[in-house]
Amino acid sequence: MGNITDNGLVLAASAIGAGLAMIAGIGPGVGQGYAAGQGAAAVGRNPGAKGNIMSTMLLGQAVAETTGLYGFAVAIILLYANPLIKKI
Amino acid sequence: MRHKLKNLALPIGVIYDVDFGIHNYKSFDFFGHEVYITTTHISMAIVMLILIVFAIAANIAIRRADPNKAPSGFLNVVEFLVQAVDNMAIGGMGATHAGKYANYLGSLFAFVVLSNISGLLGLRPPTADYGTTFALAIITFVLIHYAGFKYQKFGHITSLFKPVILSPINIIGEIATPISMSLRLFGNILSGTVMMALIYGLIPKILTIAWPGVLHIYFDIFSGCIQAYVFVMLTMVFVSGNFEAGEE
Repeated sequence: MGNITDNGLVLAASAIGAGLAMIAGIGPGVGQGYAAGQGAAAVGRNPGAKGNIMSTMLLGQAVAETTGLYGFAVAIILLYANPLIKKI
Repeated sequence: MRHKLKNLALPIGVIYDVDFGIHNYKSFDFFGHEVYITTTHISMAIVMLILIVFAIAANIAIRRADPNKAPSGFLNVVEFLVQAVDNMAIGGMGATHAGKYANYLGSLFAFVVLSNISGLLGLRPPTADYGTTFALAIITFVLIHYAGFKYQKFGHITSLFKPVILSPINIIGEIATPISMSLRLFGNILSGTVMMALIYGLIPKILTIAWPGVLHIYFDIFSGCIQAYVFVMLTMVFVSGNFEAGEE
């Protein structure tokens, strides 16, 4: 255990942190699936309004996706533009 | 220990070919700052060149068109595109205001869609750079508040302080709009770029002929078109949100 460098420790911890940040992907998955299910139910009830339902559903799904993308941005920053390395 | 790890990594050594970053090509001095011509600028120039050539070709076709005859061929395609943009604007903003904003929405949509699917041409999409998407979101932000001041006059500012206690949240909400819009577009396109780069780097060269094509359809065409549509749709929603309050 004695030969771990400071740099190596920060890099390893950053990789774990990036993995943890991607847990944010759970939320959008649930949210988008729920929106798609409700959209399918709405089309079943009113097939004539399919175009409107589709565009509303896609807009809502895109907004629900935002939190997942924040997690993704954090993961990418930790992996490729690590701000912690400079602090050693 | 280190040697062992290296040997283990050898069979999947091709991962190290993975490359999706922004490269600097030429540096020059800009009022004491060092600025670069990057991958983004070059792919954006190519995208703009395609759009300009298309616009000039469409202009020539329209000038030569005979108004007494039904349009055909290329002119038909141009008419279809213009009509699609007009219908989208009318659907999102209502018929009274759509005409004024359809120009901006159409050019925004054309640029974002072509940038997003430029991965098919082997370019790095310009929208996978936060600078590009943030600039687009700032233009939309200016347009939102232009519409706010135009239709609600001074009420646009006082509406921020409607419940005085909530005014900090209202102000933060206004500022967060362009940030969340730009991050949404950027994150979606960047995730597609990263996935494609990983797949091209991971699989053997012989397989890159067929298999990534399926993923290009999803990541570049489907996701790109959806995100461009969402960006334009959100612009319409935020801008038209400022019309109705003024009519009360």
